[in-house]
Amino acid sequence: MQRYIVIRLFQAVLALIGVSIIVFTLVRITGSPLDVLAPADATEEDLRRVAALWGFDKPLIEQYFLFVGNALRLDFGPSIKFQGQSAMDLIGNAIPASLQLAGFAMFVSVLMAVPIGVISAVKKGTPIDMIGKVIALLGQSLPPFWLGIVLIWIFSVNLGWLPVSGRGGFTHIILPGIALGWFSVAAFMRLTRSAMLNVLDSEYVKFARIKGAPEWKVIWKHALKNAAIPPLTLFGIIAGIMVTGVVTLETVFAWPGIGQLALTSVRARDYSVVQGLVILISAMFITINLIVDILYAYIDPRVRYGGGRG
Amino acid sequence: MAVATSPAPVARVPGARAAGRVWSFLRRYPVIPVAVLLIVLVIPALFAELIAPHDPIDGNLRARLLPPAWTDGGDWSYPLGSDRQGRDILSRMIYGARTAALVSLAALAVGGTIGSLLGLVAGYFGSWWDHVIMRLVDINLSLPLILLALVLVVLFEPGTATTVAVVALLLWSRYARQVRAEVLTLKEMDFVARARVAGASNLRIVFRHILPNVFNTIIVLATLQVGNVILLEASLSFLGAGIPPPNPAWGVMVAEGRDFIVTSWWLSVIPGLAIMFTVLSMNLLGDWLRDYLDPKLRQL
Repeated sequence: MQRYIVIRLFQAVLALIGVSIIVFTLVRITGSPLDVLAPADATEEDLRRVAALWGFDKPLIEQYFLFVGNALRLDFGPSIKFQGQSAMDLIGNAIPASLQLAGFAMFVSVLMAVPIGVISAVKKGTPIDMIGKVIALLGQSLPPFWLGIVLIWIFSVNLGWLPVSGRGGFTHIILPGIALGWFSVAAFMRLTRSAMLNVLDSEYVKFARIKGAPEWKVIWKHALKNAAIPPLTLFGIIAGIMVTGVVTLETVFAWPGIGQLALTSVRARDYSVVQGLVILISAMFITINLIVDILYAYIDPRVRYGGGRG
Repeated sequence: MAVATSPAPVARVPGARAAGRVWSFLRRYPVIPVAVLLIVLVIPALFAELIAPHDPIDGNLRARLLPPAWTDGGDWSYPLGSDRQGRDILSRMIYGARTAALVSLAALAVGGTIGSLLGLVAGYFGSWWDHVIMRLVDINLSLPLILLALVLVVLFEPGTATTVAVVALLLWSRYARQVRAEVLTLKEMDFVARARVAGASNLRIVFRHILPNVFNTIIVLATLQVGNVILLEASLSFLGAGIPPPNPAWGVMVAEGRDFIVTSWWLSVIPGLAIMFTVLSMNLLGDWLRDYLDPKLRQL
């Protein structure tokens, strides 16, 4: 087990180094950041001073280590677009909003997926199973940004029940949460269904039935508890899907999170904010996947010797 | 499957029996998804010039913001209505189908080929090839690719080629992983050892003996991904980082209509339906193809 954790940890660090190199080069191969930083009528002397201030006059290797050293202290430099604020401040302000949205969406997703998955497994092959499959597949096929617009059209414009956009009370999060959450229902639901099918076949479920436990208790307590492990592995993949959804949905709902920040900074070529965002989100993904893998290896010892999940 | 193949109970009404046969045929073959795909994607993409009633880019300023024909104030020469610049929604959607088909096919071809080749190399040659390629896959899977895509598209000129490159960048790692995993088991099999004894070179073994055995996987993976690729292209275009306006693309159309949702709902809602039907049918078709070609691939 220790050996497995050490190897996975080493791989995670390697991935992070790779990400940092990609981000570092990407920003530099695409033209000098000086063009963005300095005004168009800047003299040679001005340019040199700006370069010295930002450290662009040093050799690339030295710049890279400076960049990594600062990144480790969560210092990505001042924002280029929003004068006077550091990139990290902007990112730090945006993260809670996005986490709130993603968390709520995940909740919506599980709330829809688990009952559908369980019922589909119990009623396998019946029309109920088909309906469950359609609901899940529909979510996977609806573009989240479009679903968001349609939900606004129905519930805000026509019915006037919920606010159109922005972040505020609980009512503000319902529409973006559903639009984002429905997308991952299919993945969760499929895994719950197949895990339930496996569990329902097992000896202890038969035993619970023989013992005389009521059927609802057999399904929702004995079986579901044991079927809950495989969907755990999806967590890392879902987190990846969520980021894409978060970026588009935050623009639809004017939700002040990292998605909106990313879009405005990319458009304004605010490289310090973009660098910070890419590195922080990658670090988050890598950590989530690391934790999932270790948990999984802990639960299922076969993984430890197989060199990770295929 | 057992339900579909077992003989129907004696039918009392002749019509019921025919209906039952139609139903079981529909259950066994993906007729509806294929029909939807033909109507929404394939035929418009191939014959856009012949079908589209209007030019997709030049609008008629006297026919601005017309609602769909079946609603009040609609005009049958603009069946699905027109946009702010008097462009026909239907015509733009027809050309949008061509954009979606082109981008997704090209991206899948590029991403699938690169990913499969890397997977073959990693799986067959092993050792440090395997380590390097798999770490690249790890990095690829841990990058927030939508952000990178935004950066890339803003840095390079936005357009079809950039969009294809960005989408391919997002796709290749799935192929590499899956192909590598299969090659790992295949290369231990007898037929590979025999080919080697018979004097086949590594190149010949990989392309002549191993590749045909992973081909099904590659095809199934590609079909299962088309839907996602179309969604991705639409998302990028929606964010202004994919196909640039005024070119017709479904995502661009949804984005353009967004600010008019209060007064002119059809601008966003109708193009989105095209995305939804295409992706849904593609997913159903992919599921069917997977079960048909190789039920072992369930976990894909």
